[in-house]
Amino acid sequence: MATRPADVHTGGAALAASGAEGRLRDAFVLLWANKVALLGLVLTILFLLIGMAGIVILLHPGLHHLWEDQNLRAVLVTPGSEGHLLGTDNFGRDLLWRIVAATGLSALMAVGVTAFVIVVGLVMGSVAGFFGGRADTGITGLIDLTWGFPLLLVAVIFAGMVGKGLNAVVAAAAVILWAGFARIIRAQVKTLREREFVEAARMLGTPAWKILVRHMWPNVLGTVLVMASYYVAITIIVEAGFSFIGLGVQPPTPSLGGIIAEGRNFWSVSIWPSVIPGATIALIVLGLNSLGDGLRDIFDPRLRRF
Amino acid sequence: MEIESSAASTQPSSSSGSGTNGSLLQVRGLSKSFPAERGGLLGRPTAWLSAVDDVDLDIAAGETLALVGESGCGKSTLARMIMRLIPATAGTVDFAGLDVLNADRQELLRYRQQAQMIFQDPYGSLDPRMNVDAIIAEGLARQGLNKAKRRSRVRQLLDVVELSADVADRYPHEFSGGQRQRISIARALAVNPTFIVADEPVSALDVSVQSTMLNFLHDLQDRFGLTYLFISHDMSVVRHVADRVAVMYLGKIVETAPVEELFGNPLHPYTQALLSSVPTVSREGPSERIVLEGDVPSAIDPPEACRFTGRCFRVIDSCRAAVPPLEDSAGTSHHHVACFNYEALPRGRSGTQGNHS
Repeated sequence: MATRPADVHTGGAALAASGAEGRLRDAFVLLWANKVALLGLVLTILFLLIGMAGIVILLHPGLHHLWEDQNLRAVLVTPGSEGHLLGTDNFGRDLLWRIVAATGLSALMAVGVTAFVIVVGLVMGSVAGFFGGRADTGITGLIDLTWGFPLLLVAVIFAGMVGKGLNAVVAAAAVILWAGFARIIRAQVKTLREREFVEAARMLGTPAWKILVRHMWPNVLGTVLVMASYYVAITIIVEAGFSFIGLGVQPPTPSLGGIIAEGRNFWSVSIWPSVIPGATIALIVLGLNSLGDGLRDIFDPRLRRF
Repeated sequence: MEIESSAASTQPSSSSGSGTNGSLLQVRGLSKSFPAERGGLLGRPTAWLSAVDDVDLDIAAGETLALVGESGCGKSTLARMIMRLIPATAGTVDFAGLDVLNADRQELLRYRQQAQMIFQDPYGSLDPRMNVDAIIAEGLARQGLNKAKRRSRVRQLLDVVELSADVADRYPHEFSGGQRQRISIARALAVNPTFIVADEPVSALDVSVQSTMLNFLHDLQDRFGLTYLFISHDMSVVRHVADRVAVMYLGKIVETAPVEELFGNPLHPYTQALLSSVPTVSREGPSERIVLEGDVPSAIDPPEACRFTGRCFRVIDSCRAAVPPLEDSAGTSHHHVACFNYEALPRGRSGTQGNHS
C-alpha cells in the first residue's frame, strides 16, 4: 500500500485502512491529531448533552419549576452563590437552569431546521446538478430568488402572518437556508457527474436514481456533514438574534437571545445575566465551527485519496 | 514483435480494411458540435465548436482499431458518442445491426451488455466509496444472480484480471494505478462484452507497467474474442497493439491503414509528421524530423477547407477551397487518405519536407 499523505498530517500515526470500520478509525485518528477539531467535538458533544437535558426540563411540566420559579428576594445574585452556580436573573430565576432549558430549545430548533434544510437542499441540488437542462434552470432560479431575500425580512413577514414566536423563526430559517445548501450540493453533483466512474456506471446500465443514491450521495457525504455543522451554528445565531429583538421565542420561555435581552436592562447592577448566555452562544458556535473545520480537513480530497 | 505477429495471425478480418460487410461497428458521418459561445436574449449559441466532424469508421469483429491523434483532437468525444454517453449532433452508429443512436431503452441496455469502455484515469474511473466487490458487481445487477453467485462471479473476474480474490473487500485507494486499471477491466468484462473501447488505457500508467498491461489486454482479446477500439496518442503503443490505425486531426479522420502499412508508408502530411516525432534508436543515427509550425487551430466554426492547411508543409490552393474526402489511396483499397496533395516519403527517410531539426 502506498504511503498516503494523511500519514504526514498525523505525525506518523498508523493508518491501517481497510473496510468501512477502518475508514471510520482513520477519521477518528485524524480528528484526534487535530486538537482544534477535538475541542470542537468535545464542545459539540457537551452542547448536545446539555441540550437534551434542556429539552427534558422544557417538555416535562413537573420540571418547569427549575427554570420558572421566581424568587424576588434573590434577584441578580452573582454567579457562584450558594444554590445558584451561575447566579439569578432580575426575577430571581436560576440562570443555570434557564440556560440549560434555552440550550435545549436552541438545539431542538437548530437540529430540526438543519435536518429539513439538508433533505430539501440535497434533493433540489441533486436533481438540478444531475439532470441539468430545464430542471437545473428552474431550480437554480428558485435558489437565486430564495437566497436574494434577507432572512430578517422573511422572519418579519412570517411573524406578521402567524404571530411572533418560534414558529415564525423556524419557518423563515427553513424557507431561506435550504438554498445555500442546495447550491453547494448542485455544484458537487455537477462535478461528480463528469467523473469517469459515473460514466462507467451509465455504461453498465445503472439507472439514474441508483447512480444518484449509490455514487453521488456517498461522495457528497463529507460536504453534507461539514455544512450541517455550520448550519446548526448559523441557525442558533439566527434564533438568538430574533429572540433578542423580540421576534422569536416569547418570555417566559427561556431562549439564549431572550435572556441576553432581559439582562441588558440591568447591566448597571449585574452584567452576568447577559454575559453568560452570550458566552454560551459563543462556545456552542465555536465548538460547531471547529468541528466543521476539522471534518472539512478530514474529508479534504488531498488528505483523503480514497 | 511477438505480440503483433500473433495478432495478425489470429485476427482473420484484420486485413479486410474498412468495408460494409463483416463490420461489427459501422460509424457514418458522425459529428459533434458544442456551443462555444452564447448570446442574445435567450442565450442561443452563436458559435459552434466542431469537436468531431463527419467521421466514418468500420471495425471488424475481432480486430483492434487504434485511433490516434493529439490531445483534444476529438478522440474521446468520438468514443463517448459511439458509447452513447453523449448525444451525437449528426450521423449513425451501427453495431451488429443495431442503430445505436436511436436505440430505445431496452435496446440500449442490451447494447451495454455488449459494448463496454475502459477509461484513461485509473483514479477517476473507480468510485472511491465503493469496495472492489461492489464496483465489479455493479454490472451484474441486471443478471439476476443471488448473493453467493454474484460473489463467486466477482472472484472469477478477479482471477481473470490476475488479482487475488481477497482484494474484494478493499477500496480503490489501496491499489496502484495498474491494479486499478485491472479492476476497471474486470468491471467491464462482468457483462461479457464483445466490443471494448479502451480510451488511453495505459497512458496514465508507469512505463514499466504499460507493456504488461498491453500484453494483458491482448491476452484478453484472444481469450474472449474481443474487438477493440483503442484510443491513444502514443505511436509506439499503437504500433504494439493495433491491427489497423485511424489517424485523427482536429475532429477529422485524415488517414486509415493497416498498422504496418501506416508505419511503413504514411501518406498524409500530418501522419508523416506524427511518425517522425516518435523517438527511434537506429544505427543510422537520429532520423530527420518534420516539425510542424504553429499551434492546433481553433475548431470553432471551421471554414470549408482542410483543417490541416495552417500547419501543412504540402499545402496547395485546393486545400483551402474544399474539404478533402477520405478516399482510397492509389493502388490499394485498404489505405485511405484525406489529402489533395499527398506523397509517399522516400524509403528509409522519415522526413523530407518542412523544417528539419
